[in-house]
Amino acid sequence: MTAIWNREMRSYLVSPLFYGMAAAFYLLGGYFFSVNLLGSQTAAMTWYFGDAAVLLLFIAPLLTMRLFAEERARGTDELLFTLPLPAWKVVLGKYLSALAALGLILAGSLVYALILAGVGEPRWGEIVASYVGLVLLGALFLAAGCLTSSLTASPLLAGVGGFALLLLLWLAGWGADVLQGTPSEVMRTLSVATRYQDFLQGVIDSSHAVFFLSLTLAALVLTAVVLERRVAR
Amino acid sequence: MLAFEQVTKRFGERTAVHELSFTAEAGEILGLLGPNGAGKTTTLRLLTSYLLPTSGRVTVFGYDTATHPLEVRRRIGYLPEEPPLYPEMTVREYMTFVARAKGLPARRCREHVDGVLERVGLADVAGRLLANLSRGYRQRAGIGQALLGDPDLLVLDEPTVGLDPVQVIEIRDLIKELGRERTVIFSSHILPEVQALCTRVIIISRGRVVAQDTPEGLSRRLQGGWRYLIEADGPPDRVEAVLTGIPGVEGAERRAGDTPERFAWLVSSGDRDVRRDLFFALAAAGLPLLRLEPQKLSLEEVFLQLVTDEGTEDRNQHPDTAAEAEAETEGAAEDGGRTDGGTSEEEREEGEQS
Repeated sequence: MTAIWNREMRSYLVSPLFYGMAAAFYLLGGYFFSVNLLGSQTAAMTWYFGDAAVLLLFIAPLLTMRLFAEERARGTDELLFTLPLPAWKVVLGKYLSALAALGLILAGSLVYALILAGVGEPRWGEIVASYVGLVLLGALFLAAGCLTSSLTASPLLAGVGGFALLLLLWLAGWGADVLQGTPSEVMRTLSVATRYQDFLQGVIDSSHAVFFLSLTLAALVLTAVVLERRVAR
Repeated sequence: MLAFEQVTKRFGERTAVHELSFTAEAGEILGLLGPNGAGKTTTLRLLTSYLLPTSGRVTVFGYDTATHPLEVRRRIGYLPEEPPLYPEMTVREYMTFVARAKGLPARRCREHVDGVLERVGLADVAGRLLANLSRGYRQRAGIGQALLGDPDLLVLDEPTVGLDPVQVIEIRDLIKELGRERTVIFSSHILPEVQALCTRVIIISRGRVVAQDTPEGLSRRLQGGWRYLIEADGPPDRVEAVLTGIPGVEGAERRAGDTPERFAWLVSSGDRDVRRDLFFALAAAGLPLLRLEPQKLSLEEVFLQLVTDEGTEDRNQHPDTAAEAEAETEGAAEDGGRTDGGTSEEEREEGEQS
């Protein structure tokens, strides 16, 4: 599994796409941060985290789209799935590398917290809670991206599918507002954005954490099952 | 050591492999021979547990690929049809990755990888990116990764495809050498290669085993008595009448001769040698004998005979696919002649479908 993780990490670190994404994330994130800071004159990152989540909607599928789809497109899956490794280890190795890659990108945003500390007195609890929320959100988004990547041999399709799936999760709250009864309840439960908002208010609600983690796990297990079953067609 | 028991593999409507049964013993070099689209790649994928059978059982070293895939995978090295390379890695990085993924401890990796690089002739390009390697080197890298971890069974899908003649010889020598220490099963549609390397040949066509024997045994078994190629001067119809009139002659098949006006005949006569009778009969009829050559059935002809029989049999049910199989057979026979490097696109497509 560490072999898989190493390979994927290396593959991220030599890929122009990774640096391009990081650059875009910092450019847009920096813009949002500056505008909000100058506009509100408040030492808070709440708006920034709101915008960062939207950026994640784009970045996560781009990070994960090639994980499995590209292996199939290149025929390397034939090596990967004849190695003495169970599918879940392959999935976990790849997923953790994507998580680490995202972590590297997100780590850069700590600069904003330092800037805030310089210009005012930010509420650190709020910022920590927001980071927890952002990481949980990222973890879920990446797992969903893994799932779509395992379903196709086209990285592009995996990316588009991943983005669509994430956007649907993100906007599930809209459905909750128009629907009634059980469907409304389901959509409300799934509404990732609503749960994420609570973190930004400085609240680490364990039920939200459990929600994010269990959905992440479910997506990963499903990915492993898809791969195992594809192999066992 | 490995066994296919009534293995059938279907992809939707298409049956790629039909009730395939064969076994291999330790120490054999087994050649899987068949025209493009015969099911060779699918067979090897079933063997490596990359694919699982729709029905039937594949066991390797006593382990069922369906229930104990990891035990099987631990003991095999597999070169798929297309070398499974990551273009952004260097040769050494790639080899190290595979060695580690196969569970080799880090401290033994370097030495082991070096040994394999040396063995497949990649030591000089160890620091180059796989993306920048030529087809021959890529193929070697593919074979190299299969060798990592010293597997007891090597499964090589078309190992010499895309190589230049010198490399083909090198790889064949390597396979021969490897075959001394372990079991090798490889697929090919190149007859001389199979003839030169294998201790046993399995010919498959349209997903079924049509014959299995040693290369010599196959040739002998299908020889079917005396055959001569003859040429005689005179009107073809008369020559043919004389030939078929000779006692013992079972058939005279007209072939194209050296020039358009001339013809040759392939005469078969079972276990009776009729050369003398041929000479006198033609002389008596005033038709001078120009050529008389005893024919030996090559593995190529055996192959053609086997796979075309199969094709004709199926023609009534699937006119299109049977014609296709026949066309492919011709291609394979040409390849068998001498153009070893030539692999066709259909072969790759077959791989991708499966």
